[in-house]
Amino acid sequence: MDALMTQLEALLADNSIFTLQTLSYYTEGLTVTVQLVFLSLLIGLVLAVPLAIGRSSKRGWIKWPIFAYTYVFRGTPLLIQLYLIYYGVVFVDGIQETWLWVILEDPFMPALIAFTLNTAAYTTEIFRGAIKSTPKGEIEAARAYGMSTNLMLRRVVLPSAFRRALPAYGNEVIFMLHASAIASVVTIMDLTGAARFVYARFYAPFEAFLFVAAIYLCLTFAILYFFRYLEKKLLAHLQPMS
Amino acid sequence: MCTFKLEIDNEKILTTSLLGLAIAATSAQARDYDEIRIGVDVPYEPMEYRTPDGELTGFDIDLGNALCAEIGIDCEWVVQGWDGIIPGLLSRKYDAIMSSMTINEQRREQVLFSEPYFQPPSAWFAPEGSELTDTTEASLDGLTIGVQRGTLQDNYVTDMFGDVADVNRYSTADDMVLDMEAQRLDIVFLDYPVGQSTLLQSDNRAYKVVGEMVTEPKEYFGDGFGIAFRQRDEALAEQFNEALATLQEDGTYDEIYNRYFDAK
Repeated sequence: MDALMTQLEALLADNSIFTLQTLSYYTEGLTVTVQLVFLSLLIGLVLAVPLAIGRSSKRGWIKWPIFAYTYVFRGTPLLIQLYLIYYGVVFVDGIQETWLWVILEDPFMPALIAFTLNTAAYTTEIFRGAIKSTPKGEIEAARAYGMSTNLMLRRVVLPSAFRRALPAYGNEVIFMLHASAIASVVTIMDLTGAARFVYARFYAPFEAFLFVAAIYLCLTFAILYFFRYLEKKLLAHLQPMS
Repeated sequence: MCTFKLEIDNEKILTTSLLGLAIAATSAQARDYDEIRIGVDVPYEPMEYRTPDGELTGFDIDLGNALCAEIGIDCEWVVQGWDGIIPGLLSRKYDAIMSSMTINEQRREQVLFSEPYFQPPSAWFAPEGSELTDTTEASLDGLTIGVQRGTLQDNYVTDMFGDVADVNRYSTADDMVLDMEAQRLDIVFLDYPVGQSTLLQSDNRAYKVVGEMVTEPKEYFGDGFGIAFRQRDEALAEQFNEALATLQEDGTYDEIYNRYFDAK
């Protein structure tokens, strides 16, 4: 590791912008971005499954509130949602004295909440579409076997719905990664925040932003490959024989 | 052939006129000013602006008048837009510029600067109830500091306190003030005039200045403001430098400074 660092230092010796110092901003930014995106996607996914089932329900009192939620969060820009959750809550009188402030004080949590609620809304709609397009025959067959609704959901509807939702969900993951670039407006030093810092410090927009764009590209490639692998594995039965 | 001759003629004319200029310049240099005109661009509060009844006032104006009184010459202020302020000096519309002009190399090529007479101060602002009384590395340890992204204050704080404190960077001063009101920030580092108008003179007046105003070191905060003269008016610049030194010693400078930058 030390040898690597000295080598890196030698490599950067005559570079005025990309010193070890600025590179450390980028690595910290990478960590924050990955944490933020991974956590919001994970929590969003956990929330989205029951919400999608509820959204496909025939009962109005379950279906409509969930529809209202997805409509609001898909119908407004993520930036506005982030502003509301970070700056807006400040105007609730006395919030600094409540336990909520412990969560909302640090910029990371408001950003995580905004990103999670946003991605959960989109994922809910993706899953709902997949659940809705379950072939009628499969449901009738499950009923004919005397399966309860729960068992049918668990064994028939959800497994095939997840498979169908996979390509669309992969897109949502990539969108979420790119949407996380707005985190720096609430002072979070994510990848974009690091790039903006380097830009402002050295007045070097091309270097700062091209470098960060390359990092985002690498992350996107990793996500693409992961989903391609999943699709190959889970959708193998849909592939042509040879 | 013809053009060649014309060129020679032109050259001759140029030489003659240059000679004339040189003579004029020598006589100007020899001349003692008993009255000078100073160019200024208004408004730029609190450095130079007009009172409601139209009188020129501000730090530059008061200091300029005090300097002239010290030297013993009459001063007249000439208002000139910023774009044309150096050309106006070179074309003798006035004899000096005192208009919050930052000393830098490009300008040095055109004009002669006095010693810096003012350094726009930056200052630390904290909520009224804050226990901070100074801004050493030890007292800011673990706190959250707000700065505007990419400003000289950002560079200063990042280098001085980046290792011990959290630095939150904002795109606008408004966002930063909002987060200060939300109690997300312990302290902010700002241009003093900006902090004065957004924090000290805000409706609830719940903020105070912590510690001294900051104008050093130069590699962060620049050379400050200078009075600009024509290159050949070295004697005049020297008179102003001496007068400035006197005013700084006898307390007149501080008295004028406190008139416009009262840290309360």
